[in-house]
Amino acid sequence: MLYLGLFVLLPVVVILQRGYSDGLTNLKDALDNFGAWNAIKLTVVMAFLAAIINGVFGTLLAYVLVRIRFPGREIVSAIVDLPFAIPTLVAGVMLVALYGPSSVVGGWLEDHGVKIIFAAPGILLALLFVTLPLVVRSVQPVLAELDREEEEAAQTLGAGSWTTFRRIVLPALRPAIVAGGLLVFARSLGEFGAIVFVSGNIPNDTLTAPVFITQLLSPGSFGATGGPDQAAAVAGLLFGFAFVVVLLTEKLISGRLERTS
Amino acid sequence: MAIGVHNVTKRFGDFVALNDVSLAIPTGSLTVLLGPSGSGKSTLLRVIAGLEQPDSGEVAIFGLDSTALPPQKRGVGFVFQHYASFKRMTVRDNVAFGMKIQKRPKQEIRARVDELLELVQLQGLAGRYPSQLSGGQRQRMALARALAVEPKVLLLDEPFGALDARVRKELRAWLRRLHDEVHVTTVLVTHDQEEAMEVADRIAVVNHGRIEQYGKPRDLYEHPATEFVMTFVGPVTRFGEAYIRPHDLEVELEPNARYEEATVEKVVHLGFEVRVELALAEGEHLEAQLTKREAERLELLEGQRVFVRPSRLTEVEEDAPGARVAS
Repeated sequence: MLYLGLFVLLPVVVILQRGYSDGLTNLKDALDNFGAWNAIKLTVVMAFLAAIINGVFGTLLAYVLVRIRFPGREIVSAIVDLPFAIPTLVAGVMLVALYGPSSVVGGWLEDHGVKIIFAAPGILLALLFVTLPLVVRSVQPVLAELDREEEEAAQTLGAGSWTTFRRIVLPALRPAIVAGGLLVFARSLGEFGAIVFVSGNIPNDTLTAPVFITQLLSPGSFGATGGPDQAAAVAGLLFGFAFVVVLLTEKLISGRLERTS
Repeated sequence: MAIGVHNVTKRFGDFVALNDVSLAIPTGSLTVLLGPSGSGKSTLLRVIAGLEQPDSGEVAIFGLDSTALPPQKRGVGFVFQHYASFKRMTVRDNVAFGMKIQKRPKQEIRARVDELLELVQLQGLAGRYPSQLSGGQRQRMALARALAVEPKVLLLDEPFGALDARVRKELRAWLRRLHDEVHVTTVLVTHDQEEAMEVADRIAVVNHGRIEQYGKPRDLYEHPATEFVMTFVGPVTRFGEAYIRPHDLEVELEPNARYEEATVEKVVHLGFEVRVELALAEGEHLEAQLTKREAERLELLEGQRVFVRPSRLTEVEEDAPGARVAS
């Protein structure tokens, strides 16, 4: 508890104290900046989408890794961790190199009216990339420990593979998927490195909250007016939002657990 | 004939689990696959259910070649050793699972579940979760769940293996009564010869991926086809070169030309049965099984000198009916 207090709670308290010692004035000042609200909205929406998409595909990936024996499984498993192994800033640069307007892929897409870099899809791609391991790694051990006999029993009772997955496997994985999704959401709210190059940081369009907070910290250089106190206020707001989401989800999960135990 | 297994072979890597096994299981019977662990008996059951694919050979269920059918299309009910209860569903939902997949009307499902829960004596526990049930109750729930889809054959894989001795005995007798009531063709896998003798109409003794003998319990006991069946089905003790049943060893106090001299090493009173451990003059050990009355007549003491002879030798009959080739 002391450990938790020193390393987690104390910094949070300092931020909140800095941002909100004058009530909501700092927050108001910060949000008076052009596109500030939209930056927060964009961040939350993108984080939500990333959590959903990686929740689905991370689960499928974990399923393939645990259940299907194929040559090179270890290599694929290692690739899953790659996004954590490389600096997120590098990840952003890679995405720009791949989808940027001057690249082959990006150029082709732009010719067909699809803009990825310096637009919302780019932000989402960056988030999906850096948070990929979170759901996979939280679902994988649960799946590996799952009692195969339950699935076999469902099969002998007439359930096909999809029904078995939906009725037996998925309910067992749900807490792990939700936990992994939450991590994706929380991580996405704060992601800076992977986004800063990809998004273009166009105020009121592709500027995200973490980048906006950075701009507040160095007032003048980006046209945002504010300072550390205002940055702390916005950070506090994001923090509060993340906290509420985590609390709600945990309540949801423990409610389910109580019914089954 | 309910189930026909024809020349089934199944390997796991280098291990041969089933070696060219053939078996015919008559309709309405309760057949036991009996064998030590690793003998292939569970694999055979899983092959019948479609949970394992044989490397070669065929499985027919009521004349229909089912070798290529997935488990959900075979019409089998399967009961697992460790219950395989759906942990996140109530007892009612567990039992209703198969019927819901069959998309039966809700009212019919409800009525049928109630009926089945009564059959397995779990009425009143419909709203519980499996974790709130004892092992015996969970296994009865699993049985109700398997019966709910009205399977053509019921397959039980060591169903009482995880239960304690008393519950196991109760459930065994109960299963026998249930089978007499429901008449569904049943195959039960066990390593417990007493369990096999108690519930089976017919027993197939499985060893090293082969069927050693297939027949009525009594035939197996009295006319074992192989030495393995002799030693695995029923107790044995060695007398010279031959195996005999301990209850076929006569013990007398007076010397007699046809009897051999022995020393009593230990007398174990097990109630009706008294087990006497003996040593022959050459130092060979053997065991006699006496009734309480006989033991009382002889008044055996440890260290006492007695005279023994086998009253009957149980010959291993290599050409006994059903040996090797089960039909």
